[in-house]
Amino acid sequence: MNPVQASKGAAIDLESISKAYGGFKALDGVSLRIEPGEFMTLLGPSGSGKTTTLNVIAGFTDVTSGKLLVGEKSVVGVPAHKRNIGVVFQHYALFPHMSVGRNVAYPLTLRGIDQATRQARVARALDMVKMGDFAHRYPSELSGGQQQRVALARAIVFDPPLLLMDEPLGALDKKLREWLQLEIKRIHRELGTTFVYVTHDQEEALVLSDRIAVFNRGRIEQVGTGRQLYDEPATLFVGRFIGDSTVLRGQARSDGNSTALSIAGETVTAPRRLAGEASPVMLLRPEKLSLCRPGQNAANGANRLSGTIAEAIYLGSESKYEVKLADGSGAIVRSALTGESFGLGDKVELCFDGTDAKLLADDSTADTTLT
Amino acid sequence: MSASDPIAQPAADARPGRAWRPFALTAPAIILLIAVIGYPLLTIVLRSLSEPEWGLQNYAWFFGAPVNLTVLQRTFTISAWVTLVCVIAAYPYAYLMTAVGPRVRLVLVLCVLIPFWVSGVVRTLSWVILLQDSGVINSLLRSAGFSGVKLIRTQTGVVIGMAQVLLPFMILPLYSVMQGIDLRLMRAAQSLGARPSRAFFTVYLPLSLPGVYAGAIIVFILSLGFYITPALLGGPRSTMLSTLVQTQVLSLLQWGRGGAMGVVLLVTTFVLLALAAPVMRSRHREAGRR
Repeated sequence: MNPVQASKGAAIDLESISKAYGGFKALDGVSLRIEPGEFMTLLGPSGSGKTTTLNVIAGFTDVTSGKLLVGEKSVVGVPAHKRNIGVVFQHYALFPHMSVGRNVAYPLTLRGIDQATRQARVARALDMVKMGDFAHRYPSELSGGQQQRVALARAIVFDPPLLLMDEPLGALDKKLREWLQLEIKRIHRELGTTFVYVTHDQEEALVLSDRIAVFNRGRIEQVGTGRQLYDEPATLFVGRFIGDSTVLRGQARSDGNSTALSIAGETVTAPRRLAGEASPVMLLRPEKLSLCRPGQNAANGANRLSGTIAEAIYLGSESKYEVKLADGSGAIVRSALTGESFGLGDKVELCFDGTDAKLLADDSTADTTLT
Repeated sequence: MSASDPIAQPAADARPGRAWRPFALTAPAIILLIAVIGYPLLTIVLRSLSEPEWGLQNYAWFFGAPVNLTVLQRTFTISAWVTLVCVIAAYPYAYLMTAVGPRVRLVLVLCVLIPFWVSGVVRTLSWVILLQDSGVINSLLRSAGFSGVKLIRTQTGVVIGMAQVLLPFMILPLYSVMQGIDLRLMRAAQSLGARPSRAFFTVYLPLSLPGVYAGAIIVFILSLGFYITPALLGGPRSTMLSTLVQTQVLSLLQWGRGGAMGVVLLVTTFVLLALAAPVMRSRHREAGRR
């Protein structure tokens, strides 16, 4: 409540949090440490537990087991209204019977702050989201983007050490979303508050976050920076969820320090092997793959797989190809327009360097979760 | 309600030649209203001024007799009590209807509607059995060791009976408004630091007021004209205006006086509603509701 202490965010510790609804485990032993002032995104498909985690932190949902610390203090059992945490909802949740100014003043009124201070802080919060001229309007007179900015002002006006955002841009169109992402980033920098952001949009997560926690089936699959998740996915699910990827499956044979996959009669190798018993698959990023005509020498890679162009998409600065491989699976390749271009139905060879292939345990369930 | 919103109006000027069509469709209703409301009302006003001869003698008689003014005031007092009782009883009930699953809601709706389908006379007579000195309520009180209470032929008895008959008119508009209130707003209020009770009084209650007002107006106005329930449950000290009208018209054949009482009641009601209107007008637009 003191504006001076507010410049620092609170740390959050989730320690093996579980939440069961009857037999269904919405959260299954989630542990996560969020540093003070960090922008942490909880990313995952719907039903993966990311929103449940947010509701647990906000105090809307109680946990079945586990520990939750906000600012190093346990808040298990503390009701939502005593947690002093700002929340921004996907559906804005502005009070329709109050003007914008009264909406933003609401948390200050509840805290018994005198009117002069209240007005100054409401004005400051509205200025921060660039809605200073709208204090006398009613929510129904605002567009979705404007309403969400007012909701953001209302959630930060009482200087909470932690701000939670539940898919706040989910209902907005792409242009507005991209602009508001930058606004949210700027506000995070200016406030120094800890932000926890829930989204199912991996691009949004990459734009905004210091770190991302990838959720799947009530568990965290991996926590890391966007680059870590993209370059070094810990699981096949993470690799497929973040960015485009091609997954190669085949008859696996491991010897010494390398792994070979035989796919419809052709063999590709990677100079690594997977620990454990799980059957390995290879995950390749589109920019690590290249295309060439059959028989032609490729720029990179000892590995070659023959295929056919199934889809060619012109993206302005580059082209994106979908290649159908001999075993029927698909591969995604991105290539700069300066290179050779291919048409639908062209016979091609897909080339890559074995060191660029990530070996991951096959989690065949990942396919069904993604769609 | 949204019809008063100019934005909600369809672009009527887009097809100027067809602007009369909506009116053509409402013509049967308008003709019916004129025939069964407009014409009789006009007759009442004319009779109050013309029987037995032209002049204001009927109004002079009404305002000259203190008993008439007492009854008029009592009519409004009883109606106000009935409205209050209905609001207090209906509010939690209507809220419950929004909070439960569809199956329980159906049961709750039926509990409201089934008595509604039973004739008011029958329900009032059953209240006589419940409320009378040797009735169910008093025997229960006595067997519990309390002394009995006088309910039948008192104002309290009239209020209880009328409130029960009129309760559906309060529950249904309240329910329809409450159904539209986004309960997630309560969560938002709590995240901003509001205790559940505070969230209710600052968010839910203000948003439900349009339903309270709509129900209250219907119940209050219906109460003003109630005849059977006060006649059966009330005593001489709880006579309402409708009983006086009935006496003047049917027993004494004083159509002029009856008409004058009707006009006085109508005008007073309009004045009260006009006074209440500014309070009920809310600044936020209808569009703010989901």
